[in-house]
Amino acid sequence: MAEFLMPILGADMTAGTLVEWHKQPGDAVHRGDIIAEVETDKADVEVEIFMNGVVEKILVETGEKVPVGTPLAIIKLDAGEVEPAAPPPAAPPVAAPASASRPAHAAALQPAAGRAPISPAARQLAAELHVDLATLTGKGPEGRIQRRDIQAAADAQRTAPPQPAPAAPDRGARMRQAIAAAMSRSNREIPHFHLMSTIDMARAVAWLSEENSRRRIADRLLYGVLLIKATALALRDVPELNGLWVDDRVVPNESVHTGIAVSLPGGGLVAPALHDADRQSLDDLMKNLRDLVMRARAGSLRSSEMSDPTVTITSLGDEGAEAVYGLIYPPQVALVGFGRLLERPVSVDGQVVSRPAVIATLAADHRVADGHRGSRFLATLERLLQEPEKL
Amino acid sequence: MTNDEIRDTVLRLLSEVAPEADMASIQPDVRLRDQIDIDSMDALNFLIAIDAELHVDIAESDYPKMTTLNAIVEYLSAALASQ
Repeated sequence: MAEFLMPILGADMTAGTLVEWHKQPGDAVHRGDIIAEVETDKADVEVEIFMNGVVEKILVETGEKVPVGTPLAIIKLDAGEVEPAAPPPAAPPVAAPASASRPAHAAALQPAAGRAPISPAARQLAAELHVDLATLTGKGPEGRIQRRDIQAAADAQRTAPPQPAPAAPDRGARMRQAIAAAMSRSNREIPHFHLMSTIDMARAVAWLSEENSRRRIADRLLYGVLLIKATALALRDVPELNGLWVDDRVVPNESVHTGIAVSLPGGGLVAPALHDADRQSLDDLMKNLRDLVMRARAGSLRSSEMSDPTVTITSLGDEGAEAVYGLIYPPQVALVGFGRLLERPVSVDGQVVSRPAVIATLAADHRVADGHRGSRFLATLERLLQEPEKL
Repeated sequence: MTNDEIRDTVLRLLSEVAPEADMASIQPDVRLRDQIDIDSMDALNFLIAIDAELHVDIAESDYPKMTTLNAIVEYLSAALASQ
């Protein structure tokens, strides 16, 4: 038997709402199957399961919102199947600042010195029923607040004249709060340093034009795909930038799963993973990028895409600013940014000429790397982009 | 296909890549990307949709001509006439 848990789908997730079960008790599940759909502040996520077996029992019904790590279902594992290791504590949820992202009543749930003791179950019930513990006197031993106290208070609230309930924040507002929590933590905890290089893109642009002129429109490559592939390959050369910061040390990753920052129609952004970007052909990367961006904008991503990124790439596009100095998405340790492709004066063989160029920036965690290694990464990136045909 | 039909098709396909944009307010001679928030991926998806529907495979070297609604309609009208 194994428990299937509410996954952590990014550093900014503390809880998820079970929207739909795709499997029912008795159904067989296989590694990679979509077992359920979970709503987070950022997206509706198709949650994959990474074990083979049969659904024994469902523990959380649709519509319920539960914290990450809560058992959602019991899986009877196939013979010989080993219970998967607990997911790495790679993305500890961000403790969202109460003022920014918790409903006001949650602030009252924090244990306060001198307050009556309360069991976790009663505390949870209070949260569910919106009972303010500060106004409550426990009737249990030593003034302990019990579940029946909470229930009584909730009943009293219900018979009291209704107060206008605060409107549930919409997806856009919750998205902003999730970003605020993750980026505040990043800014607070990660000692960032930033490096930049202006990269001559004349060869890459010429190669791409030539390549695309031979292709039908549906098969053409976007220039951003070259940036993704080159970044993924350069990370192999400076692998510490592809690590995750867990328990005060950097944990390396064998695979390069580039999180691609995708801006969303209603505002905000997500950065789901393009898996194994260093190993994919440009054609596969293009196909998978199109699919990923489309699903990100439709609010339909897979759990592995939310939880697997080992690094983030943000490209401001051809209408964007010239350079981006980003904040790292914890627990990642690096973010690579690209500004707008622009014609720039560049010195070639002693002559100043105009060439298409892009400013690449690296935001890196100083606990993991320094300017020397960061520079090496940017130099490798630049070199790779001078030989686009080899990408 | 008349220019009005082409225009309707273009606006419909554009609204698919930019569902939040108000197509009725688009000024035909103002740069599209100054009016609706689309990126290079949206633009590519739009052109792929044009190809799928009108069978006009716009060369990448012609992308810079596709700046305004009128310019796109004009380009497609000429391309369809020469088919």
